[in-house]
Amino acid sequence: MAAEQRAKSLGVHLVLIAYSLLAVGPILLVVMNSFKVRSAIFGSPLAPPDAATFSLIGYEKVFRSSHILTYYSNSLIVTLVSMALVLLFGAMAAWALTEYRFRGSTALALFLSIGIMVPIRLGSVAILNMMRSAGLNDTLTALILVYVAQGLPMSIFILSEFIEQVPRDLRDAARCDGVPEARIFFEVVAPLLRPAIATVAVFTIVPIWNDLWFPLILTSSDSTHTVTLGVQQFLGQYITDWNSVLAALSMAILPVVVIYVILSRQLIAGLTSGAVK
Amino acid sequence: MPESVSNITAQMPRAKLAGLLLFFLGPAVVIYLLFSIYPLVATMALSTYTSDPSGARHFVGPANFETLLGDALWSKPFWNALGNNLIFFAVHMCMQNPIGIALAGLLSLPGLRLKGFYRTVMFLPTMLSVVIVGFSWNLILSPLWGVASGALKAVGLGSLFAPWLGLESSALVTLSLISVWQFVGIPMMLIYAALLNIPEELIDAARVDGLGQFRIFFHIKLPLVLPTISLVSVLTFVANFNAFDLIYSVKGALAGPNFATDILGTFFYRTFFGNQLQLGNPTMGAAVATVMFFIILVGLCLYLFLVQRRIRRYAF
Repeated sequence: MAAEQRAKSLGVHLVLIAYSLLAVGPILLVVMNSFKVRSAIFGSPLAPPDAATFSLIGYEKVFRSSHILTYYSNSLIVTLVSMALVLLFGAMAAWALTEYRFRGSTALALFLSIGIMVPIRLGSVAILNMMRSAGLNDTLTALILVYVAQGLPMSIFILSEFIEQVPRDLRDAARCDGVPEARIFFEVVAPLLRPAIATVAVFTIVPIWNDLWFPLILTSSDSTHTVTLGVQQFLGQYITDWNSVLAALSMAILPVVVIYVILSRQLIAGLTSGAVK
Repeated sequence: MPESVSNITAQMPRAKLAGLLLFFLGPAVVIYLLFSIYPLVATMALSTYTSDPSGARHFVGPANFETLLGDALWSKPFWNALGNNLIFFAVHMCMQNPIGIALAGLLSLPGLRLKGFYRTVMFLPTMLSVVIVGFSWNLILSPLWGVASGALKAVGLGSLFAPWLGLESSALVTLSLISVWQFVGIPMMLIYAALLNIPEELIDAARVDGLGQFRIFFHIKLPLVLPTISLVSVLTFVANFNAFDLIYSVKGALAGPNFATDILGTFFYRTFFGNQLQLGNPTMGAAVATVMFFIILVGLCLYLFLVQRRIRRYAF
């Protein structure tokens, strides 16, 4: 019985290890080869870099011939500002929808949740027209406005569920003391939402950081490109220069992997706590 | 609802409640209306107009849709893109859900070690940009680099290798599989979470009755997570019929070879912005977006009225 158990568990681990390799193999392959000289990239693609084959030439070329640092700072600004606004406005709206009873509150909640399912991308033609007539095309502001609108429905949905779990006595006690509603929200309720806010933050950051579509249609100059768009265009131009291509890919992959490894516990807790069901 | 809620709101003067709602809901509702709902409605409105060479817009009613579906110059690429999109979706449904269910089933086995590690590693591709993933696979499958052909040779299957991404017959399925590889983490995680939520007593009762892990999974756990599987399917549907980045980054706006990988997202982009072959046409672009909107809407309605309702009774 015990031997049979062990054999079974070994089999399970073999399957899981095989799939894990399939999942990270391609990423490792790209990152590993980005640190090698050209001949080694082609000669022995599966070997890790060693003293003879190690080279940073690809990275040097990427830094010299592209605006990679500008792209990074653009992506950071857009992602962080959008995330902050999605969290702030989302939490405020979630609070109002769960705490105050008013006519049409259910309808409004339903109306706000349309955005979870219907992609905002389908309104691109009008978004571009709007941004042009407001003089906002080719600015980071345009991207931030679109991403906030895109992120709000999911954040309101998740945060509402969490606000309902905040003990009612807390707010009622504060009300008896005559504390104004805004302070009840910002000083009593909001600090209790910290775990939920981390979850919503991860769900907001990833699609914004990775988006190609809106930077592609809303930004046109190098000074407003994000990493995803910048790297995409760089790859297109330098397709034959394998050192540069692999280095550019790695530079786009690494920050996301680092953020993911730091936040993965939070993300997985959010996914498995049923917050998004 | 606890009574205190209605009391608080009822005790409040109307003006004060209105002020609070304006303050808390105002920013979210204004941004959402301006940059999400209005653009969708305005795009649909724009699809009933046409612009002449001077840039002036004229109302033409359903003429753009008649052109899109009736004029061979438009309808051929449209039906091609829609057909390809259906294949793209079918590959996802046939591969992503079964693999996701299998991985979730293995991860939720009682007493499994290292499950946190496996979960983290297997979800990693889902976090990356589609652009990066597409390009990486493009390089790996490229005959120039020889990684894929080398790997196949190593296991004695070298003769099977072909430039899959370059062939009209296989490019679309290959791209779909790359997308499955990336997004299998989503069904895996959601189904895993649903499996963990199954009450312990149910499983114990089955074990006492002498059922093995395999039968417990297929006869007890799987039926209980059907609602999650159908939710994952509808999420996949919306994402697939709105997909764009992967094809664009691997194949460019022309979705080659010979439009074999053209899906609605790339067709929309070409129509709206133009490319080497045609000028951009915002009003026809709006018409394509409107059709995509209705396809997604029909899918969502089918899900809500047919699937969701029937599956409710399994919910615990």
